[in-house]
Amino acid sequence: MLSSFRKAWRLLRRLSGDDAYEQYLSHYALKHSATAEHEQHPLLTKAEFFKQWQDEKWNGIKRCC
Amino acid sequence: MTPLLKTIPWLLIAVLGAFALSAIALNRGENISALWFITAALCVYALAYRFYAAWLAATVLVIDETRATPAERLDNGRDFIPTHKWIVFGHHFAAIAGPGPLVGPTLAAQFGYLPGTLWIILGAVIGGCVQDMVILFLSTRRNARSLGQMARDELGPLGGTAALIGTFTIMIILIAVLGLVVVNAMKHSPWATFTVSATIPIAMIVGVYMRYLRPGQVLEGSLIGVVLLLLSVVGGRFIDADATLRLVFDREGLTLAWWVMAYGFAAAILPVWLLLAPRDYLSTYMKAGTITLLAVAIITLQPTIKMPAITAFIDGTGPIFGGKLFPFVFITIACGAISGFHALIASGTTPKLLSNERDIRMIGYGGMLLESFVAIMAMIAATVLEPGVFFAINSGVGVVGADAASAVAKISSWGYPVTVEHMQLLAKQMGEESLFARTGGAPSLAVGMASIFGSAFGESLLALWYHFAIMFEAIFILTTLDAGTRVGRFMLQDMLGNIWPKMGETSWTPSVILTSALVVSGWGYFLYIGVIDPNGGVNILWPLFGIANQMLAAIALCVATGILIKSGKQKYAWVTGLPLTWLIIITSTAAYQKITSTDIRIGFFAAANDLSDKLAAGSLSVEKANIAPQLIFNLQFDAWLTVFFISLLWLIVFDMLRVAVRTLNGQPVLPLTESPHNPSRLVEDWVRD
Repeated sequence: MLSSFRKAWRLLRRLSGDDAYEQYLSHYALKHSATAEHEQHPLLTKAEFFKQWQDEKWNGIKRCC
Repeated sequence: MTPLLKTIPWLLIAVLGAFALSAIALNRGENISALWFITAALCVYALAYRFYAAWLAATVLVIDETRATPAERLDNGRDFIPTHKWIVFGHHFAAIAGPGPLVGPTLAAQFGYLPGTLWIILGAVIGGCVQDMVILFLSTRRNARSLGQMARDELGPLGGTAALIGTFTIMIILIAVLGLVVVNAMKHSPWATFTVSATIPIAMIVGVYMRYLRPGQVLEGSLIGVVLLLLSVVGGRFIDADATLRLVFDREGLTLAWWVMAYGFAAAILPVWLLLAPRDYLSTYMKAGTITLLAVAIITLQPTIKMPAITAFIDGTGPIFGGKLFPFVFITIACGAISGFHALIASGTTPKLLSNERDIRMIGYGGMLLESFVAIMAMIAATVLEPGVFFAINSGVGVVGADAASAVAKISSWGYPVTVEHMQLLAKQMGEESLFARTGGAPSLAVGMASIFGSAFGESLLALWYHFAIMFEAIFILTTLDAGTRVGRFMLQDMLGNIWPKMGETSWTPSVILTSALVVSGWGYFLYIGVIDPNGGVNILWPLFGIANQMLAAIALCVATGILIKSGKQKYAWVTGLPLTWLIIITSTAAYQKITSTDIRIGFFAAANDLSDKLAAGSLSVEKANIAPQLIFNLQFDAWLTVFFISLLWLIVFDMLRVAVRTLNGQPVLPLTESPHNPSRLVEDWVRD
């Protein structure tokens, strides 16, 4: 019961983009931190990341009839 | 399990589905429960998904689970992200399901419940779902390229240009007709106008909250927004009750149309975080919540359908829009059965999230099945109303007359009895002054939804449910409107950028203002004409939108068919070729009738000539004579627009046939642009988190 509630909560957070920054952090840890790219792509703060994420998300057709 | 045991449940589903379909198809004169509609739809969907979609995936497209998707290969942690299939499904469905599947079935209910219902179910499983799934597959195999790019790469520059122009014009018509639906829902309704207006500052509060007060806390911000929205529905009642405040929100259609245009312009130039993004969150939650609620209510309450299976209006004399059953039911219900617009989402946006090709069936085919189901629910909500009430709400004053007594007399004379008292009582229950001639589909859908919800939660709440339903429709209509205006602005900037590069800079203020103003005046023009049109405007704009949307679907299916043939799969080209042929037949017939028909309720030129004859003869009232020149010009313009749409369609059909014939003859064609096979490295449990 508790675990399915937790699952639903995770699904909701993922769907809404509530955990986008956490995803970014894990992507960063995986892909950038160990390489030279680290210098070119410094880690963004939550506010900085959210700005970029939101602006990019709206660059194209996102809604339909 | 033995094969036989596995087959039995599917046989039962097939029998049940056939039984439910024949129950709704053969029923005459008796009241039928909405549960039959749900059963028929779900059984057909289940069979189609289990067998047809699975066959498409395995045999036609040859889905390869071991192949890395663009999301995996190009993973950048932002737009390309391998994502769990249910999450992608959620995003995809939220993107494709707009107000279209709610409005179309409501309007098409003038033919009775049967034609629309059959087209929604069968059109989706054979046409719409196939289009969405195949385009999603093709784009996934091409680094998530857009439909326009794929058309250019695979067919040639002609196809690419046609797709681009098609997308732009359909956007303009779509926004205009949706704007008209909102305006008609708010006209002289202080409660609805207040609630809809309140969604703008509420979205801004949420936007500021997410951006500055608590950056990135999307769910917190959304929760605040949803609570405020519900309060605004309740608050509207107090505005409506207040003698002075209600005057502020009690407006003519034309005034509201100017407000909507000003809003669209503001939304296109304001930063997205302030208005577009937060409004989109709110509308998505509202949409998901309300549609779920409606489904639960229909399944548990099993309302009775009051509309007959088929009405006399299949002969083309219908009050909501003119034109015979064939081809107009197929034009009126675009979204819900097949919608070209989905191809724009299925290419470009969704493939960037797909973690494995095997999810294509569920997201492409399954997503459209769910949209089709939404359309079925809209059909139910429209047909649970007494037919007399349904026609009283949806018939324009140009058809039934402006005063209540003549309207009810006319509607009753069609065999759908309704009284002034009944309409007044209903309006009072819904908290409105009048429900006559509230064209556009939104008010009648809201009355239908309110009566379904009302029977579950008590009649005293009818007015609240009605305005909740209006707010729910308006909020995502406005989301489509502002997102569409913005996309239109980008497309226009892109096109103008080819002529003058400076115009192509999306952040150069003069370009932003100029292109936004151009896009808004484009749809604003159609909206303005729609509002002043005494026949309600929807009767002209909706068929135009339907033709445009089906044309875009035909373009997408041309691209798909062309690629299937180029890939050596001509044996299976019928899977997209069949729906394509049907779309070509219905759009061409509809366009032909819209252009050449001598019936003034169908033919644009006929209507224009009739009006100018009347104007010349002086037989129009002063009021009508004043607007007649604009209406005449618009009718002629619409006729030429239809000519343009249909020429564009045939151009791309011939372009596709050219590519097909050259391929089959072994002559050189543009090479396939499928990206090479890269093995997937994603570990199952890692990405499926």
